[in-house]
Amino acid sequence: MSIRNLFKLLVTICVLTLAGCSGGILDPKGQVGVDEKNLIILCTILMLLVVIPVIVLTLYFAWKYRASRDFEIYTPKWAHSTKIEAVVWSVPILIIIALGVITWRSTHALDPYAPLEGKGEHLTVEVVSLNWKWLFIYPEQGIATVNELVFPANKPVEFKITSEGTMNSFFIPQLGSQIYSMAGMETKLHLIANEPGTFKGISSNYSGAGFTGMKFNAIATPTDADFDAWVSKVKSQQQTLSQASYKVLAQPSEYHPVTYYGDVEDGLFHHIVMKYMADHGSMDFYAKPDHAAEGMHETAVMDNGHHKEVTH
Amino acid sequence: MSFLGKLSIESVPYHEPIIMVTLAVVAVLGLVIASLITKHKQWGTLWFDWITSVDHKRLGIMYIVLAMIMLLRGFADAIMMRTQLAMATNGAPGYLPPEHYDQIFTAHGVIMIIFMAMPFMIGLMNIILPLQIGARDVAFPFLNNLSFWLTAGGAILVNVSLGLGEFAKTGWVAYPPLAGLEFSPGVGVDYYIWALQISGLGTLLTAVNFLVTVFKMRAPGMKLMQMPIFTWTCTWANILIAASFPILTAVLAMLTLDRYMDFHFFTNEAGGNSMMYINLFWAWGHPEVYILVLPAFGIFSEVISTFTAKRLFGYKSMVYASGAIAILGFVVWLHHFFTMGSSANVNAFFGIMTMVIAVPTGVKLFNWLFTMYRGRLVLSVPVLWTLGFMVTFTIGGMTGVLLAIPGADYVLHNSLFLIAHFHNVIIGGVLFGLFAGITYWFPKATGYKLDEFWGKLSFWFWLIGCYFAFMPLYVLGLMGVTRRVSHFADQCLQMSFQIAACGAGLSAR
Repeated sequence: MSIRNLFKLLVTICVLTLAGCSGGILDPKGQVGVDEKNLIILCTILMLLVVIPVIVLTLYFAWKYRASRDFEIYTPKWAHSTKIEAVVWSVPILIIIALGVITWRSTHALDPYAPLEGKGEHLTVEVVSLNWKWLFIYPEQGIATVNELVFPANKPVEFKITSEGTMNSFFIPQLGSQIYSMAGMETKLHLIANEPGTFKGISSNYSGAGFTGMKFNAIATPTDADFDAWVSKVKSQQQTLSQASYKVLAQPSEYHPVTYYGDVEDGLFHHIVMKYMADHGSMDFYAKPDHAAEGMHETAVMDNGHHKEVTH
Repeated sequence: MSFLGKLSIESVPYHEPIIMVTLAVVAVLGLVIASLITKHKQWGTLWFDWITSVDHKRLGIMYIVLAMIMLLRGFADAIMMRTQLAMATNGAPGYLPPEHYDQIFTAHGVIMIIFMAMPFMIGLMNIILPLQIGARDVAFPFLNNLSFWLTAGGAILVNVSLGLGEFAKTGWVAYPPLAGLEFSPGVGVDYYIWALQISGLGTLLTAVNFLVTVFKMRAPGMKLMQMPIFTWTCTWANILIAASFPILTAVLAMLTLDRYMDFHFFTNEAGGNSMMYINLFWAWGHPEVYILVLPAFGIFSEVISTFTAKRLFGYKSMVYASGAIAILGFVVWLHHFFTMGSSANVNAFFGIMTMVIAVPTGVKLFNWLFTMYRGRLVLSVPVLWTLGFMVTFTIGGMTGVLLAIPGADYVLHNSLFLIAHFHNVIIGGVLFGLFAGITYWFPKATGYKLDEFWGKLSFWFWLIGCYFAFMPLYVLGLMGVTRRVSHFADQCLQMSFQIAACGAGLSAR
């Protein structure tokens, strides 16, 4: 009886826990997240095909062949069977081949660097992780915000991500993939929200004392017009973000309040990425923002072409 | 005072009541032990028969004692973290300030991997491996003693940091630039570097020692393919150590140069690249987990074959599977950072290589199953640990393969799901194996048999506690909760019972 009661109690606790905290990656609100959730479920089912028999067989064999059941067949010298060996090698191999094919395809389909196909034009947002807050620069709109990210629902967003100092990971769990932010480098991520809403955004890579407070709201507005209204609201702010005010902002702070900058100096993001490259000699090749280090994907070819200039 | 350099009374965290009480308790215990030794006139015995001993069994016991003490420390850290997270809800700050909490989770990781699991494993190897191949001792007995004291020296450094200065606040992986001088100017990372560097040297020397022992000192006539399976898995683990620990030594040396001599291997500026540290760290770090788990696989094989009174099913398969795991363990390191922006081809390659490791591992599980098949299984304590392992590790392995799929890892990376996964495999695989081994071989080392009742009690507490503690973490991870922040009431009570039961089980004879 007591075990049954304990079990009931546990189930209740689990249900309450789950009911209390909605959201997360099993409740995705963006196409990338939906695909990733389906991938997780598909692969889990595939693996359970082996895992459940193994667990059941373990317990069954331990029970069936326990010492007190001495009427069972006992073969102390039997230690090899080519048939069984063939099966125990081939079953995991087959499952892994299946998973391997899924992995190859899904990794390419879900490549965070690849723009979302068939979703139209992307909105570009430049993301900078600072100690310990997120800066979002909207180069097309010429505005910037701290700890609040706004974009229209159903419009794909291209994130260009870098960091001022330590490494963080830019992550909105309900929308899908995360990508590291690293100083002196630009990483990329493409996401979309399938419906309007406010989603939690976090850093998921520990970056020091104020890391816990690196939270922001990612708000998907119902329409483009709502987004434009928000942009003009931000534009009406007096504060501007220049290299000088950026230096002030970059000072460590925790639980930074949401801040709007009505105007942003051109090429600030490029400047943040490239400032660590100052010691590298001639920077002509990096001069224009379009040529800013475009992640590991594209630079390989470019690097070869411009090798002499970079390495003296 | 320049003799002491920057060391001053300010280095002692006397304003932290938790630390000071801990230190006081440790001091009192130390005094009690020292006075007991004096009273029974045992200082000579301690010095000549233990501390300076070159006997492999005594060194093995000392390794395991060290591991047990470190297990307590690491466990205390774990309890503190869980309590903090259970308390820090809805804006409540909990009882630990971030700078203390950050040290605790760093120390927990370092201690559990480097100073608990490793010495425990090496201790069992020391006791059993020479006996299994009929060698009188290891090849270089003095070196063996040196290795132990290098390991112990590292462990002592980590614990000194509790009362003098601070420990690293970087997480156990100590990624730069956070671990660089700019963002971690304190002595914490220095403690980390030296503790790992010194004990790492000890581990490397041990591996060389055991490899020479295995290849040169087997009993006449014993061919390699006739060695007991535990010796085989240990040999694979030692090959892994010999190949991977130099990488750790090098990467830590580079971090040291960055911090002390203004080098720029991993700094943001002047052409440094922190991604290189992360690559090199995991080029050691991933083989490291196989170093831990392979000998555990060997222990389970020995246990299951002994208590089922049958020969091990598929001995050759087991040896080759262990070798495959050891070699593949070197080509999967990138799965620790799929989210760093590598191209889809690179991510997919490393994801698939990781999954391939599931094949030999799966083969091993099947072979244990078929060892039980048509046997006479005695449900002794080591067998319970083995069965607990087979179930728990299968679940942990499954979530591991899931994490190896880049598309899934993009949302699960660094989440509590990951934490649950590796605790699932390290507790369920490594620790259960160590407990099975110590129960199974206790009479070999000490001449006493462990009490069955306490052993069974501690098994059930650990098993149930493990599921209670980590299954909720899977759920939390799926809800998008990342490392370090959380809000839930969890069952730490079971966990605290476990260690009590475990300690009792070990002392009961």
